[in-house]
Amino acid sequence: MSDLEIEFETSPEQYRHWVVEIDRERATLTMNVDPTAGLRDGYELKTNSYDLGVDIELYDAVQRLRFEHPEVKVVVVTGGLDKIFCAGANIGMLAGATHEHKVNFCKFTNETRNSIEDATAHSSQVWIAAVNGTAAGGGYELALACDEILLVDDRASSVSLPEIPLLAVLPGTGGLTRVVEKRHVRRDLADAFATRTEGVRGRQAVDWGLVDQTAPLSSFGNLIDERVAARAVESDRPDLGPGIRLVPLDRTVDGDSVEYSAMSVSIDRRAGTATFTIAAPDAPQPATPDELIEAGAGAWVLRCARELDAAVLHLRFNETAIGTWVFRTEGDADAVAVAEQLLADHPDHWLVREIRLYWARTLKRLDLSARSLMTLIEPGSCFAGVLAELVLAADRSFMLDGTWEDLDDPPEPATIRLTGANLGWFAMSNGLSRLQTRFWGRPAALAAAEATVGTELEAREAAGAELVTFAPDDIDWDDEVRIALEERNSFSPDALTAMEANYRFVGPETMETKIFSRLSAWQNWIFQRPNAVGPNGALQRFGTGSRPDFDTRRV
Amino acid sequence: MTIVDINAKIPNNVDLADDRRLQRALEGWQPKFIRWWEELGPVAFKRSPVFLRTAIDVGREGWANFDHVEMPDYRWGIFLAEPEPDRRIAFGDHQGDDAWQEIPGEYRADLQRLIVVQGDTEPASVEQQQKLCLTAPSLYDMRNLFQVNVEEGRHLWAMVYLLHRYFGRAGRDEADEMLERHSGDTDNPRILGAFNEETPDWLSFYMFTYFTDRDGKYQLASLRESAFDPLSRTCDFMLKEEAHHMFVGASGVGRVVQRTLELMHEHDTDDVHPHGGLNLDLIQRYLNFHYAVSLDLFGAETSTNAANYFAAGLKGRFQEERRDDDHVLRDATRLVPEATDDGIGVREVPQLAALNETLREDYTEDCGKGLDRWNRSIAEAGVDFELRLPHFGFNRNVGTFAGHHVSPDGRMVSDAQWHANASDWLPSDDDKAHVKSLQVAVTEPGKMAGWVAPPATGINRKPLEFEYVRL
Repeated sequence: MSDLEIEFETSPEQYRHWVVEIDRERATLTMNVDPTAGLRDGYELKTNSYDLGVDIELYDAVQRLRFEHPEVKVVVVTGGLDKIFCAGANIGMLAGATHEHKVNFCKFTNETRNSIEDATAHSSQVWIAAVNGTAAGGGYELALACDEILLVDDRASSVSLPEIPLLAVLPGTGGLTRVVEKRHVRRDLADAFATRTEGVRGRQAVDWGLVDQTAPLSSFGNLIDERVAARAVESDRPDLGPGIRLVPLDRTVDGDSVEYSAMSVSIDRRAGTATFTIAAPDAPQPATPDELIEAGAGAWVLRCARELDAAVLHLRFNETAIGTWVFRTEGDADAVAVAEQLLADHPDHWLVREIRLYWARTLKRLDLSARSLMTLIEPGSCFAGVLAELVLAADRSFMLDGTWEDLDDPPEPATIRLTGANLGWFAMSNGLSRLQTRFWGRPAALAAAEATVGTELEAREAAGAELVTFAPDDIDWDDEVRIALEERNSFSPDALTAMEANYRFVGPETMETKIFSRLSAWQNWIFQRPNAVGPNGALQRFGTGSRPDFDTRRV
Repeated sequence: MTIVDINAKIPNNVDLADDRRLQRALEGWQPKFIRWWEELGPVAFKRSPVFLRTAIDVGREGWANFDHVEMPDYRWGIFLAEPEPDRRIAFGDHQGDDAWQEIPGEYRADLQRLIVVQGDTEPASVEQQQKLCLTAPSLYDMRNLFQVNVEEGRHLWAMVYLLHRYFGRAGRDEADEMLERHSGDTDNPRILGAFNEETPDWLSFYMFTYFTDRDGKYQLASLRESAFDPLSRTCDFMLKEEAHHMFVGASGVGRVVQRTLELMHEHDTDDVHPHGGLNLDLIQRYLNFHYAVSLDLFGAETSTNAANYFAAGLKGRFQEERRDDDHVLRDATRLVPEATDDGIGVREVPQLAALNETLREDYTEDCGKGLDRWNRSIAEAGVDFELRLPHFGFNRNVGTFAGHHVSPDGRMVSDAQWHANASDWLPSDDDKAHVKSLQVAVTEPGKMAGWVAPPATGINRKPLEFEYVRL
């Protein structure tokens, strides 16, 4: 890939690859990839194959359907080409991409598919795949992310995961995992399925559990209508709007700093750090759901999440050499707690629910970022509730014990404050809260930490409750923090990523943890192996007419 | 405390009076240090005024102020040599870069380790020597002992300053631990083995200051080359004081030799033990022991740590900048000794890996100079005897020779041969008993114990009869 910056903000008016149609409770999302509109030169997005640009639009659509269309209860995703649903990730793009781009691409596409499942599971916005043509590889994986898969039975359309036989890589967006974990396909059949290029069609696809229902072309539309109607009645989403507009983010780039409305990110290239400084609300925030809808994307609780999400994606893709993300906050912790209180008081309101779920997804993105996360808790900070998650998400946190003694007018010592939000609003991929994860296997310590909810904790109390890593005083602070960051920056980024990923996700496995650990780790290994990416490997040889030369030794 | 108070109490050239953070760190540490001094410093004469040299500045006038001081009131100061403007890193992978004024996080652990190991030896030697004051052969010697002790204490302060100022919390914890480890403490020993042996008598003390403090000189000299400028400047100033410690050793051994020669002449015999002296062959055995123990302090002949320290710029070679090579040593090789069952050979290794051996060689050359002086006085007395440094493989417990027996003249010998000759090569129980029998305090000004000659001159142009310690 060239080093042009990747832009994540888009909107339906700008889409090149998707068409969104809203018909009251139903949205239809039609994939119709413009072959000439790849994010980079050097490949054509034929046959509804996708690159990151296509998926950025998909992610935008997922978000807007949730926030802008509360009335949409079912989303039907379908293909806009003749006999083709989606051909999966573009091979030319993969063959030409850097390793880190491939890895980041897979991570982002996985997160988008997880957000589709999240909409079904938690927002009552059910996704149905209307597979009206061949769904190969990533195409079938997109269908797998939906709650139902309807396959047209035209004697030709198949679902397949041909990556292994054709490309010597894995289906990278959760395909193997979802086939057995979600659809409960028997593992020997799954094995047969994932090793046959032609895939499985019609009746057999239903029998093996790969799809839910089939219908011939003539009645396929009816089947879709039927399923939409059945699922719509189960939904608790409101019948009418209004939704809110996800207006473009307020963003100013100035050299190595990006200013958003509620946060800034500033990069120190020599130190290899990006410092996020998140500001508490500085104006009155909505106190009722109606006021929240009125404020829309301007409400701090939503604005802040969107900006954090955008900043994380920007840094992940565009600043791969910045290995440590440092989190700071500024402002009134009470203002954070008050803004959040609305979310606690109206958990069943559709927009409250969406905002809470969006925070959960955004914080998960942090957990899944291949960066060292360090949180600095200093006087004047506001690590309360949702922002306290940044302390719990960090690989290490430093909290100043006391205050800046040398200032003429020393500020009040820093505090952190857990709220009810920290007790389960923001599940990690492992299904646990960050507090539960932190105290995995130590119920007494967990209970002690939970018992501090609502209390402002100074450094020693926070350290006593095991909520922060180190609590140096102002004598040591500068050296401790500088040395920790410099030392971190001197270690191998690969080893750090691997260590962090091992430590962050204790406890139970879930489908998500399996996708991001087992599936992704193996895939990333394959992405380094000559059998896939070498000059005679499958990705380079694909489409040339020559077979790849494999090193046949098993590792 | 006012600025004047602070500077009076802790003389310094690090702007301590303006550095409240450092003041607070040291305020926490200082009482622990004083407590440590009271418990593990010299066991007696705690309140006797001692004619001590106190550094109150780094300049020519400042670093050697003499006056009678009670030791707990000694003003342990913090001094770094004057900065060298625009100092550049002289060696290793960062050669040519600006010297570091803060520690790079990448090298935190290594720098901390180097400073802790160096710092740990300073209080250790005070602990090893704590009982010697009870048997000082003269007030002059007692004063020298105390001077060495308070300066080792100051060297500890110097290392603690670096830990407090530059290493954050971990540095402060390490500074505390330097007072919590104790020489010879089974559960909580000093880091280096040689610093866990009591210095039992004054012959050992002279040998220790000659050989073991000289190891300290070479370690400090190679740390003076460090890219971390505050460490470099600290060590530079410590080396000035260290020179006195080695003078105590060189002149002390020389005075013992001198007295032995006098007794040999007076009684016309090689065996002066019946006359309250120490035979030359006994002196040789003590020398053998202390030299070998001190060689072990340089570590194994090849060391990846030493290579890493050099490449990173943390620790150079002795007089690095005077050396005529590229100061990077990426491709250079050299020979190092290797002990095998067949004998003593050599093998070729990268120079970077052999830096311990390179430093050890410089040390050995330096050690030889004192022996030349002592041997001149033996020759001038018409005695046919020569003190010699034993072979570098003799009685070693670290490196290639550990587990092998090498005679002082460099032959690989069997277990049986070793045991048959050990009492000729190393201090025997009889030797130790004899030396011990001579350890009697002499506290009358100007008088000396019978086994050691008086020094040529007193301290700071004072006469020998001066009351160096007011008992």
